[in-house]
Amino acid sequence: MGTSKNSAYAYQIVGGWDRLASLNTWGYPYVTGTSVIGIKYKDGILMTADMGGSYGSTLRYKSVERMKPVGKHSLLGASGEISDFQEILSYLDELILYDNMWDDGNSLGPKEVHNYLTRVMYNRRNKFNPLWNSLVLGGIKNGQKYLGTVNMIGVHFEDNHVATGFGNHLARPILRDEWHENLSFEEGVKLLEKCMRVLLYRDRSAVNKLQIAKITEEGVTLSKPYALKTFWQFSAFQNPTVGAEGSW
Amino acid sequence: MDPSMADLNSPHSMGTTIIGVTYDGGVILGADSRTSTGMYVANRASDKITKLTDNVYLCRSGSAADSQIVSDYVRYYLHQHTIQLGQPATVKVAANLVRLISYNNKNMLQTGLIVGGWDKYNGGKIYGVPLGGTIIEQPFAIGGSGSTYLYGFFDQEWKDGMTKDEAEKLVVKAVSLAIARDGASGGFVRTVIINSEGVTRNFYPGDAFPLWHEELEPQNSLLDILSSSSSSEPMVS
Repeated sequence: MGTSKNSAYAYQIVGGWDRLASLNTWGYPYVTGTSVIGIKYKDGILMTADMGGSYGSTLRYKSVERMKPVGKHSLLGASGEISDFQEILSYLDELILYDNMWDDGNSLGPKEVHNYLTRVMYNRRNKFNPLWNSLVLGGIKNGQKYLGTVNMIGVHFEDNHVATGFGNHLARPILRDEWHENLSFEEGVKLLEKCMRVLLYRDRSAVNKLQIAKITEEGVTLSKPYALKTFWQFSAFQNPTVGAEGSW
Repeated sequence: MDPSMADLNSPHSMGTTIIGVTYDGGVILGADSRTSTGMYVANRASDKITKLTDNVYLCRSGSAADSQIVSDYVRYYLHQHTIQLGQPATVKVAANLVRLISYNNKNMLQTGLIVGGWDKYNGGKIYGVPLGGTIIEQPFAIGGSGSTYLYGFFDQEWKDGMTKDEAEKLVVKAVSLAIARDGASGGFVRTVIINSEGVTRNFYPGDAFPLWHEELEPQNSLLDILSSSSSSEPMVS
């Protein structure tokens, strides 16, 4: 009953022919997360996301963890519909479990997990019933750093720095300018915080509570949630319309 | 874009105010009592806090039909689960069942739910399951159309580690504030307290909370006002 993902079966649960009329499977997001940013650095990957779950224009949930470790080598960050992210985590849980059950000493690396996610996302898109997310998958295995992204229509690629949502427009230009190989941990964190601060100023769905995650050969660690200071003391901000009353 | 079309960024508004709050020892669930069909109040004494098991209750908002059918299914599954487990279900299990039905039928259902209860492993817990089927554990949860008026109130008034009485007073105050401003919420305030000792249902009619801005003390009749204040101006032209 309740485990079928196909909404054609779902009408049996709710009952009523009128429900068949609303079989729009393309979907609609309700509780959404905003940007995720990931960068490669000297020892591995750094990823960051804020902890907001927006409900339309309301900033409804402010403690949502949008980055989760996957297996031993990877970290998944998600923007978009949170319920679909929770479902993806459940699929990955099963994937990792079966991988461990082989008990052969081999474990799925970030490239394999990214590929699996790409197939899942693209196949759902082909059925016109997407998982409404943009995902960032980062990890390191046997010294090989990996950072990839895949979204609800199945577009996927890997790069030295990736971002989702508003991050694409606001963070990536900064990263294109200031990212370089072999960033230290401190440099990487400062760079991500610079991006997150811009998003905090300019993205309406950003909340000032974020986490930074670090993936190295040793494993995955997530920082405790924290908030960034913001700057408002530009003199031009005091009286911006003095030259043109009524403007903003 | 046609301005008469609903703002595409806003989720569908839901008639009701529902609240779930944890306190030191258990949870308090609260709700208003109005069910509306369009502009008509179909039921002014509804009970939106529904029992799933002896120790887990559900606050329902949104479509009355959808929330009822979800709670019926979850009650059915939990009953079987309890028999098979041999002991009361945990709040988390109940909340997850609610999530599964909400998520897997997300295209059909329009109901926002708050699951609250007490179990011996984790104490009092509140889980929000909004539209779409996200599950989120929270120290307190608010839902329904009336909840939009309560975000600021809870940002200011919520404290961790409240006593049972403090928490219940907070819930009653909050629901009554939402009723004051939300047309889709009304009637009286119902609360359900769940802790290790069991379940207590309470009922708070309109006179149980103070008057808010621009509200007047209810009277039986103008005639009473006139007779009691015969010294001052009886009727003003």
